[in-house]
Amino acid sequence: MAADRPAAARQWRRWCWWLLAGAATLAYIAHYGLTTFLQQFLNGLQIGSIYALIALGYTMVYGIVKLINFAHGDLFMFGAYIACFTGAAALGGEPFSILAFVLALVTAMAATALLGWGIERVAYRPLREQPRLSALITALGVSLLLENFFALPPEQVPWPLQHLVFGPQFIHFPDLLPVTVWQIGGVSVSSLNIVNLAVAFFLMLALEWFVQRTRTGMAMRAVALNRDAAALMGVNVNRIIALTFVIGSALGAAGGMLFALRYGTLQSPYLGVWPGLKAFIAAVLGGIGSVPGAMLGGVLMGLTETYATSINSNLGSGIAFILLIVVLLVRPAGLLGVTRREKV
Amino acid sequence: MARLTGWWRNHAPLLVTCGLLWALVKLADGSVIPAWSPLAPYRTLLANAVINIIVVSGLVLINGLCGQLSLGHAGFMCVGAYSAALLTTAFPEVAPGSFAGLLLMVAAMLVGGVMAAAVGWLVGKPTLRLRGDYLAIVTLAFAEVIRSLVRASDEFAALLTELGWPALGGLVQRVNGPRGMAALPALADFGLLCVVLFVALASIRNFIYSTHGRACTALRDDELAAGTLGVDTARYATLAFTAAAFWAGIGGALYAHLFGFIHLDNFSFLKTIDYLIYLYVGGMNSFSGVVVATGALSLLPEQLRNWGFEQWRLVVYPLVLIVLMLVRPAGLFGRREFFPLKPDKRRAGDSAGAGR
Repeated sequence: MAADRPAAARQWRRWCWWLLAGAATLAYIAHYGLTTFLQQFLNGLQIGSIYALIALGYTMVYGIVKLINFAHGDLFMFGAYIACFTGAAALGGEPFSILAFVLALVTAMAATALLGWGIERVAYRPLREQPRLSALITALGVSLLLENFFALPPEQVPWPLQHLVFGPQFIHFPDLLPVTVWQIGGVSVSSLNIVNLAVAFFLMLALEWFVQRTRTGMAMRAVALNRDAAALMGVNVNRIIALTFVIGSALGAAGGMLFALRYGTLQSPYLGVWPGLKAFIAAVLGGIGSVPGAMLGGVLMGLTETYATSINSNLGSGIAFILLIVVLLVRPAGLLGVTRREKV
Repeated sequence: MARLTGWWRNHAPLLVTCGLLWALVKLADGSVIPAWSPLAPYRTLLANAVINIIVVSGLVLINGLCGQLSLGHAGFMCVGAYSAALLTTAFPEVAPGSFAGLLLMVAAMLVGGVMAAAVGWLVGKPTLRLRGDYLAIVTLAFAEVIRSLVRASDEFAALLTELGWPALGGLVQRVNGPRGMAALPALADFGLLCVVLFVALASIRNFIYSTHGRACTALRDDELAAGTLGVDTARYATLAFTAAAFWAGIGGALYAHLFGFIHLDNFSFLKTIDYLIYLYVGGMNSFSGVVVATGALSLLPEQLRNWGFEQWRLVVYPLVLIVLMLVRPAGLFGRREFFPLKPDKRRAGDSAGAGR
């Protein structure tokens, strides 16, 4: 284990990774130029902040109940769709409206939080004492159910549920905010970039404050460390777990709305699959169970993916898996994770 | 008459039964379902169900026996299908009904199975030391990587030709990437499928009730305890993984030559999900339950289509999975088996391993 080797060897390995990263960056700049590098950095940061928001949901849920919530990607999708419909309704014919933007964001987060709470209550809570495999399979089932249910064409759905399904075709996301593009030294910075980064970082800071500086946050950390001990300390474990799901789903929904805002269309109810998978890999990269880890992992995943895509589009789609395999082979606990020795 | 020894003695009943089955099949006009029977229009459907049973019975080894969750089974099927297809398309002049066709099909099956097993070994070696949740994601990732490699086969072929291996490049080019391989000879007749099914079920059942199966069961129940008792958990987990990949490869090879056309989309995550649903509905610890459930659920979509509910299959199946996990996680059969599958209690001593 890393802790067994002398400190010098550990330091040397750490420096090796930094050197590698630095060399790769310099090679990229030398080949593509500084402006492309900075432009892709901005793009990568934007998509990375979205991945970070989704990864936070994965990591919080895993930290507290040791469950990979496969359905999280679909909650992300649900948030995007709710934001789309609410935004379109709130705009009401006007070209742009900050109020519509805020309303869409809040409604999406609230609705997805409700759905997340419902899923936890119905599908995950009864299985809390069961072997982890059952909960994992149920999560898979919930994910498929959400995707395929919302992808049913409304014509084929009987009356009461007809208005709930989204249908399989793509929907145009309303333009809620005016877009201005500034050119700073060859790099185009769009106001959407700024808004995206601002919303994402605000939410992440709020979460960090909540988890570290409030009593409820302390309760969440306690339940994640040792559920029974937290219960003995007077923490209402059920409520805390439900709250974790609610917060995670809300963050995922925010990510969904930002994602839809960036790409302008919602392809289909299956749009949550790939971002969800990548965000999970980002959470693993940062150290699953660690909130700062998810943020770091998300941003790193976004940056790596953007740079890889700019080199070769096939590499871009495969880089997430390559990253996953490398992380699990080299440092399974993740970048900010703690390697806990398993006591028998 | 010389006495049979060792392996031959132990496996003589299996070989004799296979031979008799094959003779029976050949007598019945080379096909278990003759043209005049009412089941004839459903021949492809039944063949598909048989292939599903072959693949899922392999999946029982990982998910049921070892208690892991592997989400990458369709990737092994993909490897098997493409390997077998590459072999058979190299001999286009072989006629489907002939003996040469049969030999070619068996050879292609074995090639597909061995290639898939090799890939399964390569995947299992580094990943089986991960915990259950991570294993699921990593197997999913590897299945996607396999599919991406197939999708990029054109570029690989060009690369190989540039590097000076045009023969290998030509071989890889025939994989045809995202366009899929078409016009594969229809070498998989139903009789062969039945024989392969029998061999698969027999060998997997024997695996489950052997010491290897016991080791895998121990690994499922408590890995640490098994390790302290001297069970080489890594080796048995890899063994089960490789065996499951082997049967998935054979299933893939048969699939390719039943439908005559393979494409990347046939081997996506959705296919793995289908297999997982068949497995869990049947009960992951009950071998016979899995067989029955797979057969029933493979035939169900056709019936749903007759009733006009085809779209709902994608919604109902996950719902069934969720309800099953909440209400009866043991699956339909629980841990019960059909009686001939369990070894004789007198000989085995205590109650059987996986079917307990």
